[in-house]
Formats: sequence, structure tokens, C-alpha cells
Amino acid sequence: MTKVTASAFDDVQRETLRAIAAAMIPPCRESGLPGADDPAIIGDILASAGRDTAALVGVLDALHSAAGGNLDALRSAEHGSVLATFRAENPALAGVLELVIAQCYYRDDRVLLIIGMEPRPPFPKGYEIEEGDWSLLDPVRARGKIYRDADDGRAS
Amino acid sequence: MTGTANDPVDVLIIGGGASGAAVAWSLADTRMRILCLEQGDWVKPTEFPTTGRDWEARQYGDFSVSPNRRGLPEDYPINEDESPIKIANFNGVGGGTILYAGHFPRLHPSDFRVRSLDGVADDWPISYETLEPYYAQNDEMTGVAGLEGDPAYPPKSVQMPPLPLGRTGAMLGGAMNTLGWHWWPSDAAINTQTYDDRAPCINLGHCLHGCAQGAKSSTDGSYWPKAIRARVELRTRCRVRRIETDSDRMATGAHYVDPDGVERFQPAAIVIVACNGVGTPRLLLNSASEQFPEGLANSSGLVGKNLMFHPYGQIRGYFDRKLDAYRGPRIGAWSMEFYETDASRGFVRGYCYQFSRGLGPVSTATAGMADGLIPWGEGHHAGFRRLFEHSAGMVSICEDLPEEINRVTLDPQLTDSDGIPAPKITYRLGENSQKMLDHSIARATEILKTAGAREITVKSPMPSAGWHLLGTARMGLDPQRSVVNDWGRSHDVRNLFIVDGSVFVTAGGVNPTSTIQAIALYVADQIKARLHNLFD
Ligand SMILES: Cc1cc2nc3c(=O)[nH]c(=O)nc-3n(C[C@H](O)[C@H](O)[C@H](O)COP(=O)(O)OP(=O)(O)OC[C@H]3O[C@@H](n4cnc5c(N)ncnc54)[C@H](O)[C@@H]3O)c2cc1C
Repeated sequence: MTKVTASAFDDVQRETLRAIAAAMIPPCRESGLPGADDPAIIGDILASAGRDTAALVGVLDALHSAAGGNLDALRSAEHGSVLATFRAENPALAGVLELVIAQCYYRDDRVLLIIGMEPRPPFPKGYEIEEGDWSLLDPVRARGKIYRDADDGRAS
Repeated sequence: MTGTANDPVDVLIIGGGASGAAVAWSLADTRMRILCLEQGDWVKPTEFPTTGRDWEARQYGDFSVSPNRRGLPEDYPINEDESPIKIANFNGVGGGTILYAGHFPRLHPSDFRVRSLDGVADDWPISYETLEPYYAQNDEMTGVAGLEGDPAYPPKSVQMPPLPLGRTGAMLGGAMNTLGWHWWPSDAAINTQTYDDRAPCINLGHCLHGCAQGAKSSTDGSYWPKAIRARVELRTRCRVRRIETDSDRMATGAHYVDPDGVERFQPAAIVIVACNGVGTPRLLLNSASEQFPEGLANSSGLVGKNLMFHPYGQIRGYFDRKLDAYRGPRIGAWSMEFYETDASRGFVRGYCYQFSRGLGPVSTATAGMADGLIPWGEGHHAGFRRLFEHSAGMVSICEDLPEEINRVTLDPQLTDSDGIPAPKITYRLGENSQKMLDHSIARATEILKTAGAREITVKSPMPSAGWHLLGTARMGLDPQRSVVNDWGRSHDVRNLFIVDGSVFVTAGGVNPTSTIQAIALYVADQIKARLHNLFD
């Protein structure tokens, strides 16, 4: 199981993360979806950053200082904002934020139910998929052999 | 570094992955004393990601495809800074088959005669016909689901009906029919019915991070139980440091580190290396000695050289209709339309497509944000809804040509947790591979547009797709141009064999594991047939 990593973050880093999470995935009143700054989701993100903990700490510190310590400056991802500039200039680091936030947001029961998924692991119930109609292959069969013989290289 | 000596064995196999398991099982009927040393452990299916609510997150954890990301004690680090394609593997009983997708094509007959047919690279010293019985034997042992009659191959049989087409296969198959292009249900190492006491697939959809159902045929469940019942001994968490030789230039056994960290020496009459296209050259280079100053079995200077990946293009489309998403095996159908050389395309050789289903919610969100299709902020939810359960696509698996500058060497600084020098990858895309990739992206875009895609995203080459590791101890008749002979024995050391993907002469344009295992079974049969004069 994932190592619990919550203690790796200080209060400023937690608050910075909360601001960024809200800016990335805000709540949606219409559908009832929580924002990624929901306390349960933030707790999950902090606890399960796993192998990304060090990178995440670095990103949070970098963004906090880019915002001059003003968390309000991190609450928007609009064009021209601190976050938008950071994303454009550091796609790999932005990817760390996207991963650690999305991997917890999209396993929250409330979120899964609203997007139409059962909140459960895939195993042991599994899923159904349609068998399909094998007559779709008739034209492929009709065309005949397409591989080359190794002796003379001609597809007959 | 001599260490404690163990009782001698007749055959020592190093590496318990795809090829190590196959060669062990095949040799078991000789009643020789056979031992396999594997640096990793058995995996427990109950620990695979799909058993947990955090199944998508865990694809980036202990079951990540990247050894550098996993960083577990059984993994060795790999310096891949000088390669746009990063290594993917698994170190444990089953090797790469624990994580593989189970796409199980064979090479085509023409793949063995590349120089004769297309004027590039080299012919193999063996042919499709040589391997044909071993492909069939390996299919039986593995359990292959598929549909007979594929016009892209000589006739061959399968053990089970094909994987379901699903909505994805039906849609993409329809598009291929519109274009008049070949497609066919993939041969898959995935049970569609109970086979060999292993349960059928229940569409968990996360095959690349271990199959909790056991429906995907990995060698820990296929070959190993049978080999062990036939008295092969498999010792796990034993990492081989170097192979030892004597003054007759014969291998005498191997030095390894046991699970307690104790250095041991395992004497053996025959040594078989099955550590994969990176692990094998690493071990041979680490086995340099006074007699073999450039590394063991390296008089040709080719150990580690001619590294071939299959450069992958990943092409994904987003559609109005709802598709299979995270449900079902990642694979389903292939296309061999652009497999054989057609000079008018501007490159030689070719590629196959492996069609892919969609993504889970986490991967949909991260891929969508990275591709600029899901914004941060207000539009996030609407963007997510447009993509989730609406994607499908393919990867193109392009044939790489052997080039000596693409290589595995020893990193001067990096070591694993036992202090053993780690490998370094130096690789760049050749011109032919680049043209082929570009062609595959253009044709795939046509396919996805024909199927009705509204948005298309491309990764080329796909950075994480260094999972086919080939060519670094190539097979051949000329000792100056190859490392092993036409039956897998090293030219330089008469009791040293190599059976993994290192021995590939050329890569073909399909996933390699069925061929790797067929070669392992073929080499085992050669050893059995020549036991009376094996070292002549
Ligand atoms: C994510 C992923 C998806 C893939 N999908 C497909 C697919 O769909 N189809 C396909 O054909 N192929 C696929 N592959 C590739 C496939 O896994 C490999 O081709 C295959 O496993 C290679 O077999 P091998 O015997 O050469 O080596 P491996 O299976 O890699 O086995 C080598 C073993 O040697 C051990 N070893 C290495 N060095 C030492 C040492 N010094 N001492 C002791 N033990 C050692 C390792 O721990 C490992 O277990 C995939 C691979 C990955 C990682």
C-alpha cells in the first residue's frame, strides 16, 4: 500500500495546495461535484503523494514564492495568472500537481457516483463489455493473404 | 568476492521472466539438476492495483512500468538520460510478463530475411519455419485467445475464442473496413475461458499493472508451476553479480547475492542467461575478466550494441459516442496493413497497430489536462465529461533497425543496492524509424477521423514505451558479427547460452514475447538434442 506522506507537508504547503486544488478543480454547484479542495480530498492528497512527495513539496514552495506569499494569487488559473504562467513554463511540474490532485479527486465516492462509476475496485466484480459482431471481418477475409513469403518476398 | 560455494548444478538459469521460465520448463524433462536465480520475488495477485480503490494511483507506485520510478530493492537503476525512450520492465518471478499487455503476435516469415528481402540489417540464421513448432508449443503453454484465419499470417491455431470486440473494436474495425485496410482480433495471452486452471478475463482493464484475476498468462502462473513440479529449483531474491570462467574459457558458475545479503558462488556445468535485452548485456559486461577484458562473450564487441526498441506512436481520438473506457483488456485488435515493406512509403520495413480502449477517470483527467483538452478552473468538469468514456485509439509498433550506436553500456557511477554497476542506455531514433513513426501517425489520424473522432492527440515517440528490449547479444553464424550462434550458444564460451530478447537479429514490427519464448524453447530443444556433444 501507498506510504502515508501527510507529515511531509508544513502548514504553508498545505494551504498552498488547497488554493491550487480549488483553482484546478473547483466545485460544480449544478452537478453537486465537490472541489478538489474539499477537506477529505485534500487529506487524501497529502496522505498519498507517495513517490511524488518531494517533487510536490518543491512545486508548492516554488508557487508560494512565485505568488509572493499571497495565497489569493493562487486561487485562479485564468490566463495570465501565476498558475497559468507556471503551467506554461513548467509542464512537467504542472503534471505532478495534476497527477497528485486528480488521482485522489477521481476516487472520491461522491465524484465517482456523479460521473457514473460504482465506487469500488475493479476486482473481483469486473465489468461487462460487448462481444461484437465478427461478420465485420468478412471484407478482411475476402481480400485474402497479405503477408510476404520469406523465400521470394511476394505477397500473393 | 568468492563467497560461500553451493552444491553444483547441471544447469544454472539466470532470470526467471518470460524466457527463463520457458527454458527451465523445457529442460526439466532431461532430469538434470536445474536451478534458476531470480533477483525479484513472487508477486501476490492480492496486491495488484485492481484490488484497491486506489487502483489508478497505484499504477505510478510499486507496479509502475518504470524501474526507476518503482525503485524497489529488486530493481536496478538505469541511466536513461541519453534516450528519448525510457525503459519499462518488471523484476520478479514472471519478469515483464507480470506487467505486459498480453498482446501476443508472432513475427512474420519475412522478418527473418530482412537483408535478402529489403537490403538492410541482416537475415536471421533461423527462419519462421524453424520457430513454428516452438510458437505452437508456447501458445499451448501460455493459452492464446484469438481467431484463426488472419490473412496477415501463415495458418496457426489458437486455444480460445478472441477477446470481445467491445464498442471500441466495432467502431475502429468499421473504420478500417471503410478504408479497405487490414485488421483482425489480436492473439492475446489472456484467457477468454478457463484454461489450464486459470480463470477467464473479467475485464478489469488494468492489465499493464498486474492481473488480479490471473486471466492474463504470466509465466509465474503458466510455466513456473509446471517447471517447479518437474523439480526445477527457483531461488528468488538472488541477484547475480557476475558469471565466472576458467582457464579453458568455460563458464564455471555465477557469483550472486542471496536474500540475506551473503555473497555466494553457484557452480554449474551450463549457464543460461535470461535477463532481458538490458539485464543480459549488463551481466555480461559486469563479467569482464582477464581472459574476457571487454566483457564475457564479447569478442565481437557487440555485447550491448544494436539495442532495438519498438518506437511507439500513441494516437488517441475522442468521439461523441460512449465507448468501453476503462473496461476490458487494453488490447483487442491489430492491423498489419502497413507491416510489409512498400518502397513508395519512403522507408523500409513496417509497423503494426495495436488498437486500444479508453482510460479510467484519473488517466482521462491527467491526459486531458496535459493535452490541453481539459482546462484548469471553471471548464474542468465540462472538459472531463467530453473525454471520459469517449476515447479510443491505437499505438503503432514500429520496427527499429539495428544500429551499433544504440547501446547498453555500464554506467561509470550508478550501481544497484548491492553495489553492482548499473546499465546506461544510449539511444536515438534512426531516420528510417522516424519516417515510419510519422507515417503511422498520419495513417492513424486517417483511421480515427474516419471513425468520427472530434479531437486527436499524438505522442511520438511515446516516451514511456521502452518495454521491448532487443538485439544486444545478437544471433548469427559469424562470430565477428554476432554474440551467439544459431542455437543460442555463445561463440566464445561453449557452455554459455542466451535465450532472451537480446538475441534478436532484427526487431520486426510486433510485440516480441511470443518470439522470445519460442526461441527459448528452441534453444532448450537444441541443448537436449546435443547433450552428448554440447561443448564441442
Ligand atoms: C508494461 C509492459 C507491457 C508489455 N506488453 C507486452 C505485450 O503486450 N506483448 C509482448 O509481447 N511484450 C510485452 N512486453 C514486453 C515483455 O514483457 C518482454 O518482452 C518479456 O518479458 C521479455 O522476456 P525476457 O525473458 O527477455 O526478460 P524478462 O521477462 O524481463 O525477465 C528477465 C528477468 O531476469 C531477472 N534478472 C535480471 N538481471 C538479473 C540478475 N543479475 N540476477 C538475477 N535475476 C536477474 C529480472 O528480475 C527479470 O525477472 C511488455 C513489457 C512491459 C514492461
